[in-house]
Amino acid sequence: MKTVEEIKAAIEAAVPSASVEIVQNPAPSAQHSLLLKAETAVAVAKFLRDDAELALDFLSNVTGVDWPDKEITEKVKVTKMVTKTVEGTEQQVEETVEETRKRVEPGYLEVVYHLYSMTKKHGPVVFRMRTGNRADDVKLPSMTPVWRSAEYQEREVFDLYGVEFVGHPDLRRILMWEGFKDHPMRRDYVEPDDFEYEPTAHDEVLKRAQAHQAAAAAAAEGQKGAAQ
Amino acid sequence: MTLSAAEFGARQHAGGKALPEGRMVIDPESGGDLLEVSMGPHHPSTHGVFRMDVALDGERIVRLKPVFGYLHRNHEKLGEEHSYLASMPYTDRLDYICSLTNNWAYALAVEKLVGQEVPERAEYLRLIVGELTRMQNHILSVGFLIQDMGASGTPLMYGFREREKILDLFEALTGSRMMCNYMRFGGCRVDATPEWLDGVRKVVAGMPAFADEFERLLCTNEILMARTQGVGVLRPELAVSAGVTGPALRASGVNYDIRKVDRYGIYDRFDFKVPLGEHGDVYDRFMIRLLELRQSIRILEQALKDVPGGPVMDPKAKIRNFRPKPGEAYGRIEAPKGELGFYLISDGTGNPYRYRVRPPSFVNLTVLEDMCLGYSVADVVLILGSIDIVLGEVDR
Repeated sequence: MKTVEEIKAAIEAAVPSASVEIVQNPAPSAQHSLLLKAETAVAVAKFLRDDAELALDFLSNVTGVDWPDKEITEKVKVTKMVTKTVEGTEQQVEETVEETRKRVEPGYLEVVYHLYSMTKKHGPVVFRMRTGNRADDVKLPSMTPVWRSAEYQEREVFDLYGVEFVGHPDLRRILMWEGFKDHPMRRDYVEPDDFEYEPTAHDEVLKRAQAHQAAAAAAAEGQKGAAQ
Repeated sequence: MTLSAAEFGARQHAGGKALPEGRMVIDPESGGDLLEVSMGPHHPSTHGVFRMDVALDGERIVRLKPVFGYLHRNHEKLGEEHSYLASMPYTDRLDYICSLTNNWAYALAVEKLVGQEVPERAEYLRLIVGELTRMQNHILSVGFLIQDMGASGTPLMYGFREREKILDLFEALTGSRMMCNYMRFGGCRVDATPEWLDGVRKVVAGMPAFADEFERLLCTNEILMARTQGVGVLRPELAVSAGVTGPALRASGVNYDIRKVDRYGIYDRFDFKVPLGEHGDVYDRFMIRLLELRQSIRILEQALKDVPGGPVMDPKAKIRNFRPKPGEAYGRIEAPKGELGFYLISDGTGNPYRYRVRPPSFVNLTVLEDMCLGYSVADVVLILGSIDIVLGEVDR
């Protein structure tokens, strides 16, 4: 079985426009993965499946992962001119100060595919794709035309994470019901404030339930007023 | 009210909103009437709450869309909100027929993530309970398949009688018949007593007689053969592409058993065969399970000969404050229903950052429509039964 580096070289030889990055996995499992660009992913996938030596004909697992925007606080050393009183006289002195700065690393949604070969009996080869962001640029190419087993699993990722798979023959929700709005597996998902059927609310839940019911009653009043 | 096939298809794909049941739909291509039937979710043959939107031309299946999620409780989110160990009892509830293999797959994935060793005796115990689980699952799934076919009672109750003996063993070892919660990262929770091992030997020794009886009762039954042979054929190319695993894949003639391929645990020490089917029909899937039952007996007979002594937990295994270093791992086993995998991403904290279950039943359902097209409604019940799904695992 080829190493990830060899697979990367083979992909770049076969699909010249593809740029493949290796994502190292520091865990003892050492299952390193290939990061594919969305534009060339289908061509690369076809190569992985059809190449005689790799023959990765079995797509085992499709996983969605949510990486939200990360706020990173870092300490930076800054050199500044400071006015200071030294020995009774005011002077301009250069001073190095540590400052904490915050920067936001943009988040993305990631889809991870685990491939095996049933003919060669080797694996896994892991590849992943990332969306541009988590809000509007969430399109990725579907692997269903290459491996049928992606069909339901990609529907699940679409349902629970909101990744839109371009080229999927039947992209609908699969576990949640039609008409459900949000994507419950995202890290920032908040359960809807729905306590109408809460039978024994107490403590924190009771407070939220009362607030919710008051708001619902006010809304109903408003509707009644509008109707009259 | 009538709808054209194009409109019908558009509704199926876009909205997924089913028409009220029993409504007639005109299909201009076939020139006949299509009848939409909603099978389930509370149909006795769906093994839980599972629905199929079926379009029929006469009695022939023209379109079939599985609808599920009725049992969805977002198991993967719960996994992210709990510590690694706290998810172990939750895995019992995935495929509630085979809780011990679920435990094993999860333990294996976490052990891959942290590089944990498992003591020899624990490996033996894992293999013994894993194969017992496979046996009772196959007995049960065959029993239910025959039940779905209309032979209510006898074969299923024969199966239940044997399964009960195995569940008694589980109860004696783990304290629970079905929700065993037995394995830990780096071993097993409790040790087996010599009496328990003797009990296993006794049950295993009685199994070949049961297998003979079961095969004599079913395999050459005229009605069973007429109903199942040549029905629900799954081509090997489609099975591989659709990621079908387990007995359903091997019934199509593809030699892929993770016990042989990955040689996880101590499976490389035992001599057993991988039964393969020829036709990929319902009969082959039924037969494969009976043949695998025999192979499990064979593995158990070898394993029970010399179970080594020693600890069942790695003494160096970390239990409190269990925080794997950042990284990820995918671990999989050959569960009775197919490839059961767990994919874990650690960010260095006590909870997994991502906890993914690769359920075999869910992926095997991908080809349900392809297997059913052209057959009759009565066959759908059999084809679904022959895939052997558990909704606790499909919906998670």
